[in-house]
Amino acid sequence: MNTLHRHLLTAVAVASLAACSSVKLDDQAPVESRSGANAGTGSGSGAAGGAAGSSQTRVAPVDVTGTSNVNYSNLPRVVYFDFDSYVVKDDYRPVIEANAKALSTNRKMKMAVEGHTDDRGSSEYNLALGQRRAEAVVKSLTLLGADQTQLEAVSFGKERPAVQGENEEAWAKNRRAELASR
Amino acid sequence: MALFSSSLSQIHFARRGLCAALLALAALPAAAQFRVEISGVGATQLPIAVVRFRDEDKTTQSVSSIIRADLERSGAFRIVDTQATSFDESARPEMAQWRSRAADALVGGSVSRLADGRYDVRFKLWDVVKGSELGGQSSAVEAGDLRLAAHRIADFIYEKLTGEKGVFSTRIAYVTRSGSRHTLRVADADGENGQVALNSGQPIISPAWSPNGKELAYVSFERQKAVVFVHNVASGERRPVADFRGSNSAPAWTPDGERLAVTLSREGGSQLYSIGKNGGEPRRLASSPAIDTEAEYSSDGRWIYFTSDRGGAPQIYRMAAGGGGAERVTFSGNYNISPALSPDGKTLAYVTRAGNAFRLAVLDLSTSGAQPQMITDTSDDEHPSFAPNGRLLIYATRAQGRTVLMTTTLDGKIKARLPSQTADLREPVWGPYGR
Repeated sequence: MNTLHRHLLTAVAVASLAACSSVKLDDQAPVESRSGANAGTGSGSGAAGGAAGSSQTRVAPVDVTGTSNVNYSNLPRVVYFDFDSYVVKDDYRPVIEANAKALSTNRKMKMAVEGHTDDRGSSEYNLALGQRRAEAVVKSLTLLGADQTQLEAVSFGKERPAVQGENEEAWAKNRRAELASR
Repeated sequence: MALFSSSLSQIHFARRGLCAALLALAALPAAAQFRVEISGVGATQLPIAVVRFRDEDKTTQSVSSIIRADLERSGAFRIVDTQATSFDESARPEMAQWRSRAADALVGGSVSRLADGRYDVRFKLWDVVKGSELGGQSSAVEAGDLRLAAHRIADFIYEKLTGEKGVFSTRIAYVTRSGSRHTLRVADADGENGQVALNSGQPIISPAWSPNGKELAYVSFERQKAVVFVHNVASGERRPVADFRGSNSAPAWTPDGERLAVTLSREGGSQLYSIGKNGGEPRRLASSPAIDTEAEYSSDGRWIYFTSDRGGAPQIYRMAAGGGGAERVTFSGNYNISPALSPDGKTLAYVTRAGNAFRLAVLDLSTSGAQPQMITDTSDDEHPSFAPNGRLLIYATRAQGRTVLMTTTLDGKIKARLPSQTADLREPVWGPYGR
């Protein structure tokens, strides 16, 4: 049984490698595609090949790891929020002012404002709550001179917590918006 | 079911021994598969004996074990222990003997290797009470499809004895998270035979099966923001269908598979739109100053159920599929999210917050004024999805510090956990019939 599993894993690994070599990770490309035929031939024959590449159950693995390209500037970049709130508190006025100044000084500068939440509730509802926080920060920045076209409000919801933990301290650190240069 | 009504009984069972054995199996190294644990208390269950199939030990899969686990997980059957007994579809089993072992139904079969390397899988189902045959089948499959052949036999048995279609040969999709690695996987409905559809260094959420079961729509953050992709699981071909300014999320297929409802923030806020399955210009479905998200079509295509906090707190609403005015659906509790609709449109499953706990609830939509039933006692339930026969739900919850997948009957009485080795399992979604 262990041997079989090892073969299965090998087959999956081989198929994954095949995917790496044939999937383009170009953001400009509207369609990313790979040949389905490669998945079958890459996984060999016999029991392992059957599991990974049989006609009725085949799933072709795709790999898009290693596409992260976040660059943070030296500016203060985090605004924290109260529970269930998207009000930018006065405490964070210096963060907003510094970034608004940088954006209005350099009109070519672009930033994404990424909203985040704590991890309670569904992925999608939290994504929407994070979006609300990001949009509140964008509004604050534009009121202080930044231009709409320099900014994009996006959300990671609860998917990218700053800290792990199931307590108020952790949750408070995760309810935030981050300003990221793009 | 009427066939066996004379010998049906209330059976309470706790299969600790079985669970321990299964856990031991699950602990095998390199086992990229999961096992089923039954942790519920049974209600009305049909006792069935499934003997070892002749020559099944000469293959890589124990066909009879797969059938037994399927039937047990459905909540409709109690498995009668057959130990080492083995016979095939041509046997003439002594019915009095099986009656004395309290089995109402009996299954035997065989697995034979064919000259071309495939396997011929045969079985027969007997009505022990009447002493008659209820049918059987044979099918020739590749070694890699032996599990599928077993699931199809379980489907045959389930349908013959309950009158409803089985879901054992369907597939599920879910996302695993291990460190910074996020993987979209497709597995058999029992969680076995998991295969990688997508590996990413960024989160993946909200997978949704196309009605034909060939494509998955999902949200990927690989471009440093939420973008909706549609992905053909057999070929690996994928395309972004919603990549507008802001966040793009919560894909839900129309029942005809031609369009998707999505949540977009391109005009500010999180609002519902309809977009073609290949992308194009989205059409706005509703306008509200609030969050509208988590759309789900009724299978007759008439309604969109969704989550909105337009009333101050998140509740589930519905509107006509073409858009327009919405009516509130959930009234009990002040936080209800993640609607899932049964295929017959009569039952709504969702997640409700009770104190600090997020629990799975079901609401009978066919009876006006019906009260929701909470069907779990866990505290971090997420993302319910109905099996295509509407008899089981799959959902994610937290256990021992990890996120795991569970199936449950709609009354919450039979739950099966699909354990994993290390990763967190999230965002499960049950695929359609027709594999």
